[in-house]
Amino acid sequence: MINKKQPKKVLLKRGRIIDPFSKKTFIGDILIENGKIASIKKNISSKDKNIFRIDCKGLVVTHGFCDIHVHFREPGREDKETLESGSIAALAGGFTQVCTMPNTNPPIDSPEHVYYIKSKSNTLPIDIFPIGAVSLGQKGEELTEMLIMKDNGAIAFSDDGIPIQNAQFMALALKYSKMTNLPIINHAEDIYLRNEGVMNAGPNSNNLGLKGNPSLAESIMVYRDLALASSLGARLHIPHISTKDSVGLVKLFKSKNKLITAEVSPHHLYFCDDDIVDFNTNLKVGPPIRSKSDRKKLIEGIKSGIIDCIATDHAPHTIEDKETTFNDAEFGMIGLESCFGVVNKVLVKDNGMSLKSLIEKLTVNPRKIMNINRDLFAVGEKAQITIFDPNEKWKFSEKNIYSKSSNSPFIGHDLVGKVKYVFSKDSFFTL
Amino acid sequence: MLKSKHLIGLENFPISDLNKIIDTSFKFKEILNTPERKIGLLKDKTLVNMFFENSTRTKISFTLAEKRLGADSINFSASTSSVKKGETLKDTVQNIESMQIDGAIIRHSHPGSALKLTEYIDGSVINAGDGSHEHPTQAILDMVTLKEKFGKIKNLKIGIIGDILNSRVARSNIFGLRKLGAEVVVCGPSTLLPNDVSRLGVNVTNNVDEVLNWCDAVIALRIQLERMHLGRIPSKREYHNFFGLTYERINKLKKDITIMHPGPMNRGVEIDSKIADSENAVILDQVLNGVASRMAILYLLLGDKSSQI
Repeated sequence: MINKKQPKKVLLKRGRIIDPFSKKTFIGDILIENGKIASIKKNISSKDKNIFRIDCKGLVVTHGFCDIHVHFREPGREDKETLESGSIAALAGGFTQVCTMPNTNPPIDSPEHVYYIKSKSNTLPIDIFPIGAVSLGQKGEELTEMLIMKDNGAIAFSDDGIPIQNAQFMALALKYSKMTNLPIINHAEDIYLRNEGVMNAGPNSNNLGLKGNPSLAESIMVYRDLALASSLGARLHIPHISTKDSVGLVKLFKSKNKLITAEVSPHHLYFCDDDIVDFNTNLKVGPPIRSKSDRKKLIEGIKSGIIDCIATDHAPHTIEDKETTFNDAEFGMIGLESCFGVVNKVLVKDNGMSLKSLIEKLTVNPRKIMNINRDLFAVGEKAQITIFDPNEKWKFSEKNIYSKSSNSPFIGHDLVGKVKYVFSKDSFFTL
Repeated sequence: MLKSKHLIGLENFPISDLNKIIDTSFKFKEILNTPERKIGLLKDKTLVNMFFENSTRTKISFTLAEKRLGADSINFSASTSSVKKGETLKDTVQNIESMQIDGAIIRHSHPGSALKLTEYIDGSVINAGDGSHEHPTQAILDMVTLKEKFGKIKNLKIGIIGDILNSRVARSNIFGLRKLGAEVVVCGPSTLLPNDVSRLGVNVTNNVDEVLNWCDAVIALRIQLERMHLGRIPSKREYHNFFGLTYERINKLKKDITIMHPGPMNRGVEIDSKIADSENAVILDQVLNGVASRMAILYLLLGDKSSQI
């Protein structure tokens, strides 16, 4: 269980402080007073008996993580997740800020809907930034009121889950959104090439007799979006890239257009389609888990900085939605609680990425994409702090899940790196 | 008896089990050819035939095999069940199982459904076709037919012609025949061949004459006419002319080849009537071997270890 305390003063002692904004790393202390950063120094001593002290020796103390791609299912499917249950799952993963996708029922396609999410989130233990829909009803036909939605708290625009297939409409959306200076996020998949594909097209889909979704379905759409955004000088963020060609395309276009960003999901870094040998529906996800060689390129892409950040695409589904045949199962998996243990294992332990670099992909980089304040360790800032043990080995299990749903293929997997404490919104959480 | 508890597919099925089933099938074929035709080896067993997808010959073949073995069996088909009322596969199956059954035969349009079933029930599961994935009992009866004809499987040259992409029969035959040492070439229009089919250890061609000149036996697959509407093939005529087992094509071959078809046939599309009804066709032998091999499968999976045939 997550234990919550609201002490007036918190003193974090002897942690390895990694500030990804100032790029400073040192062993030191952080004092939090009334929920705000009061002091960060090599040594803070205090004789105050009421101070709440935590010994962080051996632990890393850094910015609260930020996940710019989650599905919290409210309104509409509160049986799968609510803003509240999703927030607890986020906390458990070390996230203090998340951006929620608008594919709820009804979708978040009006200023009023954005306002609803914002106001419902006020009392929650983390910050929630709603992403508004690009089109009314996510139909790809009429633009939403992006300017008013921004005034009400929309952080970006996306028809996530539903690709914007019409290139003319995509061009208009990119053009119009320039007035908001917020990114457009398009689930890049050509729906005709994807056809009825339920997993990556390749030898494995062929053996299993499952319909394949070719990697070209993504790469072609990624190319289209990059070309459109670049010719229009518009901001484009590419979610959950999954193919090696997409990585190459992002690299190519980034050299000419600074407004392009991309994310990758932990599961695309961890699994490949060889893992889907027994029709495990928890591995059914859109875009699909790709081949070993795609996975390798994604790891290279995040290491080299071609891919800016990690986002979980946390997508809760009920047991019934997953305990069925592969064709009938819903797309998506939860990912908040397992995220750090997964990416730390794959990237830092297995593939030689530096921990500092990984932290950037979970903190300053995603915040930069969404225009969210990144200087979290400045004195006077509202404290958002995540404290983790980078070396702790643990087995991910149902008891680590706080989401209302438990559709995770990571259950039973050995992970490395565990979040121990989080400070968010005036409260200190012990995990 | 077998190492395996279920028969889900041939990809990971032990060779020893596969050989045992094939050999035992011949014993049951002898019994089918006696006046009695019956043997009560499963008379204390209850089986359920779950057909979530239409089937005529496979269902009849299984039902007959069960009756010849003296088992009690019940039939269940999607149109008459509560599946249409929104009940989940899991609930449907567990309801049936709670009525105490020993084994289940399942036909379902989704790949992986037979494997899924093994999670829900304690008894043995036999896959009677799961989407485009596998149809192991069809492949086994094909192999029984080949062994009956040639006395062996090893080193036989087998051509499979048609919609390889969507065919569970092709997949199971490829897995099984390769396992037993046969050479396999698949042939069809490019739009009906998977991109990576050569990874299955088979050769691929669009040239049907090449295959027919090479092979000892050919399996023509049923061409699903609805594929035309999906842009995979332009017309029946073009398919017939370029991939059909036409009389002219077979007639000009230098040697006789064995003609097989899993049925139901589209006469005049993938196979000419003259060829289907010719001396070299073993299509009706396949049907009788289907009953014998399904008896062997049921007996070996469910029968008492002490019983003898």
